Amino acid sequence: MFNTALTWSDLAFLAQGAAMTLAVTAVSVTAGTLLGILFGVIRVQAGPYWSLPLTFVLDVFRSVPLLIQLVLANAFQSIAKLGWGPFTTSCVVLSLYTAAYCTEIVRGGISSVPPTTRRAARSLGMTWWQDMRYIVAPLATRVSLPSWIGLTLGVMKDSALVLWLGLIELLRASQILVTRLQEPLFILLICGAIYFLISFPIARLGGYLEKRWSPND
Amino acid sequence: MIEIENVRKSFGTLEVLKGIDLTVQKGEVVTVIGGSGSGKSTLLTCINGLEPIDAGRIKVDGTEVHAKSTDLNKLRSKIGIVFQQWNAFPHLTVLENVMLAPRKVLGQSKQAAEEMAVKQLTHVGLGEKLQVYPNRMSGGQQQRMAIARALAMSPEYMLFDEVTSALDPQLVGEVLDTLRMLASEGMTMICVTHEMKFAREVSDRVAFFHKGVMAEIAPPEALFGAPKDPELQKFLAATH
Repeated sequence: MFNTALTWSDLAFLAQGAAMTLAVTAVSVTAGTLLGILFGVIRVQAGPYWSLPLTFVLDVFRSVPLLIQLVLANAFQSIAKLGWGPFTTSCVVLSLYTAAYCTEIVRGGISSVPPTTRRAARSLGMTWWQDMRYIVAPLATRVSLPSWIGLTLGVMKDSALVLWLGLIELLRASQILVTRLQEPLFILLICGAIYFLISFPIARLGGYLEKRWSPND
Repeated sequence: MIEIENVRKSFGTLEVLKGIDLTVQKGEVVTVIGGSGSGKSTLLTCINGLEPIDAGRIKVDGTEVHAKSTDLNKLRSKIGIVFQQWNAFPHLTVLENVMLAPRKVLGQSKQAAEEMAVKQLTHVGLGEKLQVYPNRMSGGQQQRMAIARALAMSPEYMLFDEVTSALDPQLVGEVLDTLRMLASEGMTMICVTHEMKFAREVSDRVAFFHKGVMAEIAPPEALFGAPKDPELQKFLAATH
């Protein structure tokens, strides 16, 4: 029969780690998405030339490995005496990282709305804002959703890297238990299962929304 | 009244409108014919300010369209335009497509907008299609929806830009019938079209555009019966 030293309180410890993973992900994806929408709209409105500085900065966030960004940001906040804790630093870095990818998703979504459709909206007397709000936003959202779900799941898993700043999230919690109980395979199995349980509803939500919107297309 | 005075417009080095003068009175139906690239569609998009102009001026009921002080969104609500591509809003039902602008631009109540939308959709023969999504309809039906969508704003002028050119031949008739109905109701219309028979029937005047110039304008009997411009004679010979 299978034996384990894992107790209910160890499981509760893992659950706390999962809660930290969820918190970091929720804050980062929310802030990153809002920033991504803002930057995406700016990129489309300003055109490739004027948005060059923004594009460059976002490219940096997309190109430099996340771990390096986290370590550098942590060192920077310490040198600049910002007094950020590991949670704040992690969320700031992950938000910008998410925003960098989300900007491209948003830009692609907006560009997918045919200019003739937008012209029809404007010809009915709608303002730029009304066109964005009632025509572009819903249509671009439909196009961008699959990529955005992918980004969210990616950020959720990449958030494991914040353990390097000392946050005890799901992966770090598992490592601690592995060190103590010496049952790496079993504990990592549980850890993987928890990641899956978090991801699955998000993926299904995406599938559900796609299906709901598809009869119109 | 739409007054077009010496309007010039270039795209890059290509001058597509070379000084157009045209006045359209209330209740008048003017059709514009001519070959591709003659500038006729560009003129329509200039009239409601979707395209800027390089010289001259366009006045609608005395308001200069391209003046900086003009509120284009307000002006556009009284100039309806329907394009070659019907440009349905694919995420909205037919009813919602038609209700959107009256609600958001004119600030109508949901009830008033819906009443108007149902009236206009019934008018163009789509009373049965209110809850359908546009992509489930034929091109002709979508184009009639686009007409109803423009009409729901209660425009005083309607501009039609080759509204049957992208349709399958068997669907052209239903859209032209809708235009005929509007003309007979006294709507002021400028129609850019390739349908000569239609132009002959509904127009008060027909204008022939050639290479950015309005080469001839006359009532249909005169223009089709005794064309003076040599390019027009060639054009009519080729289209008959």
